[in-house]
Amino acid sequence: MLTYLLRRLLLAAITVFAITIVTFIILHLPPGDFVSAYAAQASASGTAISAAEADALRLAYGLNEPLWVQYWKWLAMVARGDFGRSFEYGRPVTEVIGDRLWLTVLLSLGAIVVTWALALPIGIYSAVRQYSFGDYVFTFIGFVGLAIPNFLLALIIMYFGSRLFGINVGGLFSAEQQLAPWTWAKFIDLLQHLPVPILILSLAGTAQLVRIMRANLLDELRRPYVVTARARGLRERRVILKYPVRAAMNPFASTIGYLLPFMVSGSVIISVVLSLPTVGPLLLRSLLAQDMLLASTIILLLGVLTVIGTLLSDLLLMWIDPRIRLGQLR
Amino acid sequence: MAEPILSVRDLHTHFFPNEGVVRAVDGTSFDLFPGRTLGIVGESGCGKSVTARSILRIVERPGRIVSGEIILRRADGRTVDLVKLASDGAEMRAIRGGEIGLVFQEPMSSLSAFHTVGNQLIEAIRLHSTLSKRAARTRAIELLALVGIPRPAQRVDAYSFELSGGLRQRVMIALALAAEPRILIADEPTTALDVTTQAQILELIRRLQQERGLAVILITHDMGVIAEMTDDVVVMYLGHEVEKGPVDAIFHAPRHPYTRALLRSIPSVLAAPLSRLATIAGSIPHPYARPPGCPFHPRCPDAIGGVCERSFPLEVAIGERHDVACHLYTAGAEAVA
Amino acid sequence: MSSAVSDSAPPLVTEAETRVAVATQRQLIWWRFKRHRLAVISAGIVLAFYVVAAFADFIAYAEPFDTEAARSYIPPQPIHWFDADGNFRPQVYALKGKRDPRTFKLAYAPDPSDPRDLVLFGHGYRYDLFGLIPTDRHLLGLANGRPQDAIFLLGTDQLGRDVFSRLVLATRTSLTIGLVGVTLSLALGVLLGGMSGLQGGWLDTVIQRVIEILRSVPTIPLWMGLAAAVPASWSPQRVYFAITIIISLIGWTELARVVRGRFLALREEDFITAAELAGASRMRIIFRHMVPSFLSHIIAAVSLALPAMIISETTLSFLGLGLRPPAISWGVMLQDAQNLQTLGLAPWLLFAAVPVIVVILAFNFLGDGLRDAADPYG
Repeated sequence: MLTYLLRRLLLAAITVFAITIVTFIILHLPPGDFVSAYAAQASASGTAISAAEADALRLAYGLNEPLWVQYWKWLAMVARGDFGRSFEYGRPVTEVIGDRLWLTVLLSLGAIVVTWALALPIGIYSAVRQYSFGDYVFTFIGFVGLAIPNFLLALIIMYFGSRLFGINVGGLFSAEQQLAPWTWAKFIDLLQHLPVPILILSLAGTAQLVRIMRANLLDELRRPYVVTARARGLRERRVILKYPVRAAMNPFASTIGYLLPFMVSGSVIISVVLSLPTVGPLLLRSLLAQDMLLASTIILLLGVLTVIGTLLSDLLLMWIDPRIRLGQLR
Repeated sequence: MAEPILSVRDLHTHFFPNEGVVRAVDGTSFDLFPGRTLGIVGESGCGKSVTARSILRIVERPGRIVSGEIILRRADGRTVDLVKLASDGAEMRAIRGGEIGLVFQEPMSSLSAFHTVGNQLIEAIRLHSTLSKRAARTRAIELLALVGIPRPAQRVDAYSFELSGGLRQRVMIALALAAEPRILIADEPTTALDVTTQAQILELIRRLQQERGLAVILITHDMGVIAEMTDDVVVMYLGHEVEKGPVDAIFHAPRHPYTRALLRSIPSVLAAPLSRLATIAGSIPHPYARPPGCPFHPRCPDAIGGVCERSFPLEVAIGERHDVACHLYTAGAEAVA
Repeated sequence: MSSAVSDSAPPLVTEAETRVAVATQRQLIWWRFKRHRLAVISAGIVLAFYVVAAFADFIAYAEPFDTEAARSYIPPQPIHWFDADGNFRPQVYALKGKRDPRTFKLAYAPDPSDPRDLVLFGHGYRYDLFGLIPTDRHLLGLANGRPQDAIFLLGTDQLGRDVFSRLVLATRTSLTIGLVGVTLSLALGVLLGGMSGLQGGWLDTVIQRVIEILRSVPTIPLWMGLAAAVPASWSPQRVYFAITIIISLIGWTELARVVRGRFLALREEDFITAAELAGASRMRIIFRHMVPSFLSHIIAAVSLALPAMIISETTLSFLGLGLRPPAISWGVMLQDAQNLQTLGLAPWLLFAAVPVIVVILAFNFLGDGLRDAADPYG
């Protein structure tokens, strides 16, 4: 078990390292150095910086030095929590991002919970009642969820929602609460707006998980230990839930690891369509405006949070699988 | 002879997949007596396992029992027809495990990998008794000791993958006996084990039978096991029993051509070197392409032309408790030796 | 005792069984595939789409870049199949401008008193069929006049451009990007997956870890970042290639995993060992023995990877980070339908979603069918 744990930790560390490198590359991709762009933008938007300030920035980021020095300087700043200033907003990046990051996390986690809550029973039902009418209905819905890209679904729902029901499904807060400080009322408001984006996000994920659960459970249902359990006199429902479902849970649980990045990606896109105050629209705007410090910070934070989340889920998996705990799994 | 503890009468279990009908068990009848071992023998696909599952009413879709009776005589003398019970009903579930125990052939995959041995044993015990968890755990440890597992108090918390094949099969037997059934059905219990372990397991089954007065149904394709372990034998072919009787009669005076062919095909240590191994001509027909009349006639060296391919032979008695289903005997004709 | 050893085994093997026993691998796969009616229908749909893509300019009737403010936001105009006397005479109504008395804005509406005849193979804008044959014939045209003045099968967008024609051309772009992207992914996937599966050892470990790392980070933000870096000054063609490369970097991990898995399984197969023992060279073993046995799996995996490519390009272009105008793709067209106000004015712009959904569904069913046919036990 210890080796498994160490291996996952090592992999996570390497992944975070790789993310920092990729983020650094993205930071420097646009032509020219970003301090000049910053200076140009700043003067254009009226918050001009002096030449001395610009030079100080260049020194801080080591822009006149070799690439690996730049990387190191940038990394050191990031480790201290200093992500730089956004050009567009003229404020520190962390301030601009503000709540959005946590809302993104909330949205993604919420979608994962809903996906699991839906996929598990539907998957079990589809496997046990194979070829029934319900199975076909769920399979069809599943295919639809798989086929329609997130943003299209959001677009269609948004359109028909306003057309047929006159409600606006966009946004995570109503107009009054949008800028208000955090109160209980604001939290309730948030909860009321969350269901639609979470449902849209979970549809694609649910479709995938249902297929996985169904396939694995169908495999397990044929195995001898199920017959043995039945032969003991156990109720059919208990037979299914206690034994093959438990066995099929493993490959099912191992999918969480890839569900989180999937959800985070998806949330970025539908946030744009539905105008949600999460990290998505901010990232898009910053990329279009070439506000690289803001953009790369968002990418970095999203990546790191995802890796941490995946690591936690791996630990969970390790805890529930006796084979890993006792060192049987290779 | 005492009353049979289990009587199977004209059992028909058919499977209905999309492609057609498979008549897995097509008219089998036999009796099982307390304290005696009944062997069911035949080639793969002859319906032996399906018979066992039919008795326990755990035949899987797309199969089901189409007709027949399975009459169980309970401890108080009352009888119940298992076919008439609801398969997931309380009464049938009480009988499953409580009156009839099943041991399978695949010890490797017959136990859940995610639950300890003790968990599964305790579940089986508590399903058919009112013992508390702690009492059930003690009982589980006793059972493990009974089937010869060393250090049972530790092994009760082991997972199945921590045990060897032989130990796992012993656990399976313990599971089958956990609720003190009066009948034990062992479906090829030793096929997946090596020869030494085979002997040990068979010895264990025999000992348990003697200690508890179990009635045992032993299903196998191995004639050697039949000779060693059973008192009565049922020979099956394509879902029918073709011959049944006491083991001595079957071995020393086999009547049905199939039984004879089976016995002949056992390689003998006394055979002359380089002599050909005897085989049964042809192969088992495809389930959707059953021969008309007697199912064995295409491979039968003694088939009577014009009779065997037309009509199905009825079972007749040719000796004490010795029945055979073959046209060679239905008209009272003497056996062609 | 009569002997049971007999050579007169009766012929119980039927005609049908013989046919199955001697069929080649390819035939078996084809038969199994045919049984999935949904997959066969999907194959037909996919084929139809690619035919449309090949004949894109022919099927379109209006110049896709011809903007005309006067024609802005015209709703879809149906074809009227029978004229006033009940004869079969396909017509469309020409537009007539009417000035709104209050706003003085010129609004165009179809005028039933001015029907124009529709013809097949009419004249339209000039183009090169298959890039080679210059012509100006299109599938649909008017008996008199320019098609873009009167034919509006799916309406027009804000700049007065015909949606149907643009959609047809977008189909060509999106489908070919998908194809090129998948080819690149396949090349990467086969190369890396093959090396991984065949060589094993530390190379395998490294590639495996790389794939795991790529799978565990959210892809969209990364690809957004990369796509945004494509300079605005690049020509549409260069942008096209850059975007293709970016999206092919998305799909290769899945293909590499399939390829690696297949190679790993095959390495242990007895027939490979037999070939090695017979003295076959490494190359021969790979191409003559291994590849044919997993080719069908690869084809199935490819047809399941294509929709991911199309979704990626559509998403990136929709966000404004992928193909940029004047390039036309489904994503670019959907960008026009991005907000509620626009959709309220011109809901027909959402129609661009239909081919996306249909093609993705079709590819998924097709891929599923191919995968089941290639390996019914897999």
